[in-house]
Amino acid sequence: MSDYTTIVGLEVHVQLATASKLFCGCSTKFGAEPNTQTCPVCIGLPGTLPVMNRNAFQLALKTAVALNCEIPAYTKWDRKQYYYPDLPKNYQISQYDLPMSQHGYLDIGDPKGAFEPKRVRILRAHLEEDAGKSLHDEVAGKGDSLIDLNRTGTPLLEIVSEPDMRSPLEAKAFLTELKLLLTYIGVSDCNMQEGSLRVDANVNLHIDTAEGKVATPIIEIKNMNSFRAVERALEYEVGRQWCEWQETHRKLGDAPKQTRGWDDVAGVTRGQRSKEESSDYRYFPDPDLAPVTVGPQDAAAIRESLGELPAALRGRLESDFGLSAYDADVLVNQGSPVVTYFLDVAKFTGDPKAAANWVTQDVLRTLKESEHTIESLPVASSALAELIRKVKAGEVPSSRAREVFQTMVEKRVDVAAAMQSLGIAAVDEGELIALCQKLLAANPKTISDVRAGKLQAVGALIGQAKKQNPNVDPTRFRELCLELIEKAP
Amino acid sequence: MALFDQTATEHLKGLESGALKSVELTQTYLDRIRAVDNRVGAFLSVDADGALKRAEEIDERRAKKQRVGRLAGLPLAVKDILCERGKVTTCASRMLQQFRPPYDATVIAKLREADAVFVGRTNMDEFAMGGSTENSAFQVTRNPWDLERSPGGSSGGSAAAVAAGMAPLAIGTDTGGSIRQPAGLCGVVGMKPTYGRVSRFGLIAFASSLDQIGPFGQSVEDAALLLETIAGHDPRDTTSLDVPVPAYSQSVNKPLANLRIGWVREHFGGGLDKEVESAVRAAFEVYKSLGATLHEISLPHSKYAVATYYVIAPSEASSNLARYDGVHFGYRTDEKEMLAELAADRRRLETAGDKAGLEHLDSALVRMYRRTRAEGFGPEVKRRIMLGTYALSAGYYDAYYLKALKLRRLIRKDFDDAFGKVDLIAGPITPAPAFKIGEMSGDPLAMYLVDIYTVSANLAGIPGLCLPCGRSQAGLPIGLQLQAPALEEERLFCGARMFEQATDWDKGRAKL
Amino acid sequence: MSISRRDNEKVALLGRLRLTEDELAIMTTELAQIVGYVDQLSEVDTDGIEPMAHAIEVANVFRADEVSPSLSREEALSNAPHRDERGYLVPAVLGE
Ligand SMILES: [Zn+2]
Repeated sequence: MSDYTTIVGLEVHVQLATASKLFCGCSTKFGAEPNTQTCPVCIGLPGTLPVMNRNAFQLALKTAVALNCEIPAYTKWDRKQYYYPDLPKNYQISQYDLPMSQHGYLDIGDPKGAFEPKRVRILRAHLEEDAGKSLHDEVAGKGDSLIDLNRTGTPLLEIVSEPDMRSPLEAKAFLTELKLLLTYIGVSDCNMQEGSLRVDANVNLHIDTAEGKVATPIIEIKNMNSFRAVERALEYEVGRQWCEWQETHRKLGDAPKQTRGWDDVAGVTRGQRSKEESSDYRYFPDPDLAPVTVGPQDAAAIRESLGELPAALRGRLESDFGLSAYDADVLVNQGSPVVTYFLDVAKFTGDPKAAANWVTQDVLRTLKESEHTIESLPVASSALAELIRKVKAGEVPSSRAREVFQTMVEKRVDVAAAMQSLGIAAVDEGELIALCQKLLAANPKTISDVRAGKLQAVGALIGQAKKQNPNVDPTRFRELCLELIEKAP
Repeated sequence: MALFDQTATEHLKGLESGALKSVELTQTYLDRIRAVDNRVGAFLSVDADGALKRAEEIDERRAKKQRVGRLAGLPLAVKDILCERGKVTTCASRMLQQFRPPYDATVIAKLREADAVFVGRTNMDEFAMGGSTENSAFQVTRNPWDLERSPGGSSGGSAAAVAAGMAPLAIGTDTGGSIRQPAGLCGVVGMKPTYGRVSRFGLIAFASSLDQIGPFGQSVEDAALLLETIAGHDPRDTTSLDVPVPAYSQSVNKPLANLRIGWVREHFGGGLDKEVESAVRAAFEVYKSLGATLHEISLPHSKYAVATYYVIAPSEASSNLARYDGVHFGYRTDEKEMLAELAADRRRLETAGDKAGLEHLDSALVRMYRRTRAEGFGPEVKRRIMLGTYALSAGYYDAYYLKALKLRRLIRKDFDDAFGKVDLIAGPITPAPAFKIGEMSGDPLAMYLVDIYTVSANLAGIPGLCLPCGRSQAGLPIGLQLQAPALEEERLFCGARMFEQATDWDKGRAKL
Repeated sequence: MSISRRDNEKVALLGRLRLTEDELAIMTTELAQIVGYVDQLSEVDTDGIEPMAHAIEVANVFRADEVSPSLSREEALSNAPHRDERGYLVPAVLGE
């Protein structure tokens, strides 16, 4: 029985959140009727010329800086040539030997400790144009494919990692962290359903044999439509390659690189036809586009404008707010609006722990179970802060705080109105003392139990008190009971 | 002198004074086209009705003293390579026989705004690939000076139209000499501006880093007037230069003092026709008589210019022409036939049990591409696509394409050095006067070598102008080429105009 | 460097051209001649020379990220050799 290591590298294509396409003024909005967002330039009509969208370049630069990439002073555009009907010029404007960024990294970890934190190196990130779509099934039976060029020319950032991931789980963690980073800096909506984020994975095994380490042929997997699909496809492919190795003992270099497509329903990868000439892309510099120079001050300005990135934010939540690594991770992974919400609640209450508890539990549960986003949640951060303050002051019994919160969400009301509708009124201190005295008098055993050190005996009294008055704050009641027992003769 | 023999500048004086109406002028040229173009073949299409309507409208505006454009009422011919909204734009290719662009080229828009009258679209080598206009998919154009001979190319239709008095002005494009060479062979003035001086938006690309649009006219003044109209920065063309355009038509008549003219040692080696050489040397004497000084200079890498050009231009062309695949516009092969052919090929291989053959069988899509391109392109276009594809393919890129880009810089540097010593470079435009139609067609390399004096300017991006400087014993025009540093078109025009005014070569007209 | 018939077949596929046997034979001869001529470039020492891909070298030319009107679908498809009311049609591309 030999052992093996899984080697995974990822290639991610991200649509950048520009209003217009990379080289023309057509809208990049998703979901329009086929061929309603095209112009002579993106149809590639004879005589047309590309002019680069400044914002696309800026967003790409922003991402590269956030991925800790080196930004070369000079970058240029090349034509990648291959024939396909959804690529109307039959070349894609991309970057070949002088990409706009290279040699970066992204740190990944798992707060539950499923793998050791690690640094995944980024080989390069470059800007290019997207292709259109070929629709096969919609004209089924006619033997034709329909070409829709709406997406043609949408700016894409291709991010290529080094083969630094060692398990499907690490690959998924990389993608999750990457998506989080991209949405934090606002360069893409990363919507996989709409194709704004697409992933190809390269995977093979390094197998320990009697003759030393042997690498199996690298397989590229395509057609994965969710991070979960990436994880499953990689798991499947690892198993398949292991079996194939045992059968064939085929090594890296024994066969040309193969591409396999993931079938999510069947849960398998399938070999795709490869053309022997398809890899000769005949890259050459695009004579229609000027190169771009980036000075050190440009990169610095971008770095400045990035704001706090997820990794730094996690660290700050732990060190400055005393959150656990787990809570910090949960909060940050929700995206920056949730973090902002939390920070506001923490600021208003001065109690980050309570704020973290509320946000990671009740708020996130509500978001998960309802249609709400953090922005549409009827309970503003100031309202939640008010609720927390009232609970701490004993004005809302902690046992009923969750009920109050739910009411605030459902009825879209503030704390006071929610309390009123639930019949919660703060119990007067005198009234509370009287109730306490009454119950102690009726339960002398409690007094002796407490004096004997069984503090938990008070619990029974709390139950009775709540029966008599549901607004009794159990914490304050407990304190009073213990005080009175101590003072009693 | 017939009206159609006069220059655009002369016509414009008449139009502006009211002595001449655009309708009359336009009709004169349309009549001339009707009379001689069946022999010359310069036009692929003539829009007589549209031109007259436009002329009438401009006459009316002028009569009402309304604002009119710089070329108001002047007939003009356009090479069939500039996109015009709704008008068939063929590039002299079967591939684009039905193509109607949904947009205007920037130069077309500028000319329309200048109130030029478009009389028709001129013939050319298919996709501007060639130097004889014989590579047109539709017709042969003949040299008005000798109908057995070629007008040159690729803008042969535009040059012949002006030379035959069928249009006073014409637009051409120049990728390796395609304006200057036919201007020389047809005895008119043709000019390639600095790369980036004129917007390429809407110019159907042959080799993007070399293509430039430029003017043809009967005189240097006319060429200056037309360039002034079409030049200028265009935000739709990244390579267009954001610099002011001088008023060339105003400055063209100012002679240059202390003009230093360089003549290139390498231009006078073997292969240069004796008659051409003596006409060019006579031109040098004219310049001396005008107070200019002549200086021998060297462009040491000029002998590599043709080889460099025939790597770079086909490489870019192979990429630019990939879009002609029968999917989104243009010609497509007969699909039924194609599918039947596929089925037959498959049956044949299956019967023969040829597994490898079946594996490599072109799919319907690949077959559609290949048949479409085989049927839609002519032989010269295919040859250049092959050459360019080869030069860019794996294993050859460094030896050919990258090497050529480095030579290109050395060629550019030669010019930079030369222009440190002289103001203009003067020399021949072609090794010999117009060749016979069909004379070169069996020998592509010989045809390419005709470009020896012209391609360097495209590689270096500098402006070049050709004007008539003599005639051979057989009565064929001989052209003089002048070249200037980048963006020094003004100097080029002034220098050319000095020669023109001192000589009568511009007065000659082809007899038809 | 010589250029073989086999090379030409490969290049013709890359460039999506189809050449008849005769055309291929002529093309092989002609290209060999042209490539032979071009091979003289190899005699020039170009060490340390920067390649020059543009005739006039400018940098950093951008447009603003502004949406401008697209063509109507009818206009966009008006030159298509084979289409339906929604888009361009091509022989099925499945499995390409
Ligand atoms: Zn567009």
